[in-house]
Amino acid sequence: MRINLSRKKIRNSFVDKVQELSGQNLLACYQCGKCSAGCPAVDEMDILPNQIIRFAQLGLKEELLASKAIWICASCLTCNARCPKGINIAEVIEALRQILLRNRKDHLKVEKLSDKEKEDIPPIALICSMRKFTS
Amino acid sequence: MKICYYPGCTLKNHAKNFEDSTICALNTIGVEVEELSRWNCCGTVFSLTTDDLIHHIAPIRNLIRVKEANYDKVMTVCAMCYNTLKRANERIKSDPESMDILNNFMDREEVQYDGDVQVFHLLEFLKDEIGFENLAKKVVKPLKKLKIASYYGCLLVRPKEIGLDDMENPTILEDLMETLGGKPVDFPYKTECCGAYQTVDRPDIIADRTNRILTSAKDRGAEMVVVSCPLCAFNLDQRQKHTVEKYPEFKHIPVLYFTQALAMALGCPEETLRFDLNFIDPKPILKERGLI
Ligand code: SF4
Ligand code: SF4
Ligand code: SF4
Ligand code: SF4
Repeated sequence: MRINLSRKKIRNSFVDKVQELSGQNLLACYQCGKCSAGCPAVDEMDILPNQIIRFAQLGLKEELLASKAIWICASCLTCNARCPKGINIAEVIEALRQILLRNRKDHLKVEKLSDKEKEDIPPIALICSMRKFTS
Repeated sequence: MKICYYPGCTLKNHAKNFEDSTICALNTIGVEVEELSRWNCCGTVFSLTTDDLIHHIAPIRNLIRVKEANYDKVMTVCAMCYNTLKRANERIKSDPESMDILNNFMDREEVQYDGDVQVFHLLEFLKDEIGFENLAKKVVKPLKKLKIASYYGCLLVRPKEIGLDDMENPTILEDLMETLGGKPVDFPYKTECCGAYQTVDRPDIIADRTNRILTSAKDRGAEMVVVSCPLCAFNLDQRQKHTVEKYPEFKHIPVLYFTQALAMALGCPEETLRFDLNFIDPKPILKERGLI
């Protein structure tokens, strides 16, 4: 992957928005990698949790908002539990999803679920999925 | 003793076995359960973004209902309800400004909410109010050293401020299973997420996790797994169908709500255990041990 860094990106409003929505100080991260080491979802992720934090520090908005990883994270909070700097990584990932969802970029296409699926899947899963993946 | 109970939606349908076994178990030990006469879905997940106050309304309204029913405590059984109600409560208690905003928004509510309801889980109640040593005396059908792996998932233990036991190595479920005469089996995946709501559009991911979690439990000798969350139950039990399609060498294992094991040991009749709602039938192994 080719990544362009610039002072402009690092200082753009996207970084502020992520910090504000997540309530986290991105610069506290020293890239130890513990969050990714404990994350059960890394097999499926294109950008790992520690990389998400690094990308966010650097204002790499396009890469983050196009990533698969932010939709694979299930907010299990293992990363938060393990971070030695007390950073809530799951909150940062939630902020990224919210930036897309608040622009009506839904991830789950409810209309594509069959009647059979809607019947078999318990409400707890459907409500959860809609809360996380739709606006 | 009488306690106020918030069931949540799934215990009224897919997880009726969770509810019926809970109520029978509590009644058997002399605890009366009063369900809130009016309640709404808690929303299942706690909103993680700082400015998203609106989604805390659903859980907080339920706590207002508790006050209206003249209680200052409410019991949850579903791990997700527990987490969402308790976290929303803590969130607004620690931030009086957001509490005012919510109260102003809910201007048709007759009761003002001040964070004065306590949310507790059935497991905490059994351990702290009843006491496992007292519970042991009520066991009429000990589980005959049935090897049981306890799966906590995420929401009973994380985040730390909300969790009802040690975040990395909880033992409350194992302690309960031992109290009931079972043999707890420790395994490394007991707090590893099952994939949760990914089950809706990515059942393939759930198959991977279920394979990993349950195979690990079985490798350690478990004959069954107990859970406390209807979503964990769906992923670990019902989704074994997808798991075996993806991993043909995967071997089925029954997954029960911990309350089904509890109610069974306390001698509740089989119709309250509702094993018909469990996907992998636990009856053969239970019959083999003479438990049903
Ligand atoms: S665990 Fe914390 S400090 Fe370490 S890489 Fe992850 S976010 Fe950064
Ligand atoms: S919350 Fe998301 S990123 Fe963190 S460990 Fe769980 S799945 Fe991984
Ligand atoms: S978490 Fe579930 S079961 Fe619990 S109330 Fe909320 S939606 Fe319903
Ligand atoms: S459904 Fe999975 S996500 Fe919920 S608590 Fe259960 S383990 Fe975590």
